[in-house]
Amino acid sequence: MALAKRIIPCLDCENGRVVKGVKFLDIRDAGDPVEVSKRYCDAGADEITFLDITASHEGRETTVFTVEAIAGQVFIPLTVGGGIRTLEDIRTMLNAGADKIGINTAAVVNPEFVREAAERFGSQCIVVAVDAKRVSINDESPKWEIFTHGGRKPTGIDAIEWVKRMVSFGAGEILLTSMDRDGTKSGFDLELNREVSRAVQVPLIASGGVGNLQHLVEGVLEGEADAVLAASIFHFQEYSIQEAKQYMAAKGIEVRL
Amino acid sequence: MNKIAVIDYGMGNLHSVAKALEHVGRELDEQVEVIVTADANVIAGADRVIFPGVGAIRDCMAEILRLDVGQIVKDAIQTKPVLAICVGMQALMNTSEENGGVKCLGFLDGEVRYFGDDLRDGDGLRLKVPHMGWNQVSQTIDHPLWKDVPDNSRFYFVHSYYVRTQQQGMVSGVSRYENDFVATLADNNIFAVQFHPEKSQTVGLTLLHNFLLWDGTV
Repeated sequence: MALAKRIIPCLDCENGRVVKGVKFLDIRDAGDPVEVSKRYCDAGADEITFLDITASHEGRETTVFTVEAIAGQVFIPLTVGGGIRTLEDIRTMLNAGADKIGINTAAVVNPEFVREAAERFGSQCIVVAVDAKRVSINDESPKWEIFTHGGRKPTGIDAIEWVKRMVSFGAGEILLTSMDRDGTKSGFDLELNREVSRAVQVPLIASGGVGNLQHLVEGVLEGEADAVLAASIFHFQEYSIQEAKQYMAAKGIEVRL
Repeated sequence: MNKIAVIDYGMGNLHSVAKALEHVGRELDEQVEVIVTADANVIAGADRVIFPGVGAIRDCMAEILRLDVGQIVKDAIQTKPVLAICVGMQALMNTSEENGGVKCLGFLDGEVRYFGDDLRDGDGLRLKVPHMGWNQVSQTIDHPLWKDVPDNSRFYFVHSYYVRTQQQGMVSGVSRYENDFVATLADNNIFAVQFHPEKSQTVGLTLLHNFLLWDGTV
């Protein structure tokens, strides 16, 4: 009897449609987010992450309706992230039915926002999303830097120091994306995940780079992640959630079958 | 008409639990009305009561005391089935060691303890806190709320504190995180769960379904 490692499909959404960029470019359409969420939930997904990449104000209203529609049909935890900047944004999404809120750029702009959000809504619903990129070269000891604005803007902040700080401010979970691996299908940055997982007490969701089922296994066993997040391998039906779970179980990982 | 009152004392988002109850209610033959409220009269008029809770216990207890929710819950416990969820369960106990020690309602005998900072599983691997995700619950008694829920089903948890009680007869389900801990309690017409049935997919919805039909007897 033990806690299961989680498999979390991620829905990157723009203007009410699921899309998935490769290295944040080259967007392909993968469908209606409500249908996709329901399909994943029925297939045994442990949570759903909804990442809103819509820029416009009108589009963001669509997002609220979409979150409401998903929450009315999907009875597993739902995390909503993307463009969350104020306590009011968080309240809106929680009222729409989100269980957890991902905060990324706004945390870097104003770290106190994470503290305020955790105090107001509880650490259990505050997920700090971190986009990290390896900045060490060759023989240097490994080092990663935080990027914001969908991975376009460097910040000069060290990733390990940053996650420790975010947890001390009340983050209840870390969603870690490797910018070097995202969209490449070459596997997680295992060293990055392991360093982050060991640096904090809270659960770590590994993200960025999943191309096959062995990558999910490595994320847990070598990256020491508590959950693994993937988008394209599930959206384009290369693998089903059940296949992923069966594969992980066969490798000795505790999963919810 | 089956009226379900979800007690709203301003702590966190009750949308999920209300939506899940409505969803389950649609599958029943009778009409189910779910009301999210802090109004003592409305709650007194309900057939069943849900006592939820989320966030830190100090803030929860402050609002419970300010809105006299303790009396509302006490009245409900005397007359109808009550389901307490997560921090709602913890608030029913005597005390919690969260936030430097907080006095709780004391309707059930036991205390709320912190998991600890260096938890390990049987293989010596580190366990994170909060205990977040799907863990198995072993049913220690037969109970109407366990009907059609397979033993050792996985439910969704998210918490850093857990209930400890000397009253073993009250324990209805246990889970394991380093050590065994109380996942659910049953005391007459009260059923209390540390996990979130509203987020636990099929097994969670089955438990809520059972609650909607429960007459409060065991």
